[in-house]
Amino acid sequence: MKKLISLKNVIISVSILILIWQIAFSFSSYDKALFPSPKMAFDALVEMIGNGSLFENIKTSMYRFVTGYFSSVIVAVILGLILGRLPKVFQYVNPMAQLLRPISPTAWMPFIVLLFGIGDVPAIVIIFIATFFPVLLSTVSAVGNIDPIYLKVSRNFGIKQPELTWKVIFPAAFPQIANGIHLALGTAWIFLVAGEMVGAQSGLGYQIIDARNNIRADILLATILVIGIIGIILDGLLRLAEKRILRAWGGQG
Amino acid sequence: MYIEVKDTCKNFVQDGKEFTALDHVSLDIDKGEFICLLGPSGCGKSTLLNALAGFEKVSSGSVKIDGKEVTAPSINNITIFQNYGLLPWRNVLKNVELGLESKRIGKEERRKTAQKYLELVGLSGFEKRYPKQLSGGQQQRVAIARGLAVDPDIIFMDEPFGALDAITRMKLQEDILRISREEKKTIIFVTHDIEEAVFLADRIVVMMADPGRIKSIVTVPLGSHRDRTSKDFLYVRDKIFELFNMKSESYIEYYI
Repeated sequence: MKKLISLKNVIISVSILILIWQIAFSFSSYDKALFPSPKMAFDALVEMIGNGSLFENIKTSMYRFVTGYFSSVIVAVILGLILGRLPKVFQYVNPMAQLLRPISPTAWMPFIVLLFGIGDVPAIVIIFIATFFPVLLSTVSAVGNIDPIYLKVSRNFGIKQPELTWKVIFPAAFPQIANGIHLALGTAWIFLVAGEMVGAQSGLGYQIIDARNNIRADILLATILVIGIIGIILDGLLRLAEKRILRAWGGQG
Repeated sequence: MYIEVKDTCKNFVQDGKEFTALDHVSLDIDKGEFICLLGPSGCGKSTLLNALAGFEKVSSGSVKIDGKEVTAPSINNITIFQNYGLLPWRNVLKNVELGLESKRIGKEERRKTAQKYLELVGLSGFEKRYPKQLSGGQQQRVAIARGLAVDPDIIFMDEPFGALDAITRMKLQEDILRISREEKKTIIFVTHDIEEAVFLADRIVVMMADPGRIKSIVTVPLGSHRDRTSKDFLYVRDKIFELFNMKSESYIEYYI
């Protein structure tokens, strides 16, 4: 029942958005080619599906996204688990992280393109950077926030490294780590598009640039919609995975 | 003596002020004894327990178990905490198996041992539950089973029933008394509840605050079957009450 209500809400919400768009289109004095109607964007979407370019671009983008995101999550979590247990070392790493974190990953773009050229790598590197800092910092803080009783019990029962990390510290910190992983997903998806707009000749981000160059605003808007929808789907999938794992963590969720 | 605490002091610095948690405390405990450390908050009873369990180092003096200086926690001496310390991502069976895993015991054997001790604490059939699905009393039973499963020599209990309601607490007191007799463990039990101490202990170590010290040690002359409403029980309880009201600083060893 709850799902049904939320589905109803989604339909209403999307309908309103399309309605506003349609009204704006009806009253706008822009050329139709520059500001197309929902119908035109939908036709462009059908065209992109028909000629296979949409699927091809999604495949390319997803490959870059999955590679960059998951490699970054793995490296950041492992590093975070280590640094979380070494507060003295982290004192020196933290200023570095704080300095690098507020820099938009796109600022690195020219540098990355110079180093790696155009292709898959710049987009993957950008996603890696976008994911890395939120996951690293949330892991370090999660490890620091572990209830000390878990560590006391572990010492008492003679649990030593490396068992201590994977049997106690990682699971105890996991809910907060998962939070960081989840937040980073949205950021990473945003920067995928940015990365592909500058550093690639394929993918959804590139398709936006390509549509602009060909003055195909209908394709441009259709692509934007697709990016939004995939973002929602990714978020939903991760939320589902998170819930499953948290349930295995002891009846929460 | 099996456990020897000799002239032990423990000082903390808190907010720039020095604070004496233990002031020249000496205590000897025999193997198999049930000892209650009883006193108001700030009397150092938990500090003394943590020193015995190896979680805290003392500032001076010595703490020895079986002739060896205590420097770190050991799997031979298990501590039961007030907030249980169960791992919420493990089910009951897996929680009880925790200590057995670091003893490198095989899977089959671990399961058997865990089930044996779950039965002892009255939780057979709860193996697949998670701690969150249990009541506080049940969670503490799991923690006790987990402690017993590694077959420790000593069990330290730090106000283990403090978070439980009165009825559950009495039931658990009866069970821990039975278990201590059946399993022949040395138990050192911290509490601020006089009745709990009289019900459980062979000897009650009465402690006072500011600075934390032992005021007297009372041997409880009640047998293995204790009735909370009997005359003898109430008599011992009253004696302890008196101790807390007395102003005398003298160190008295009581035999009633």
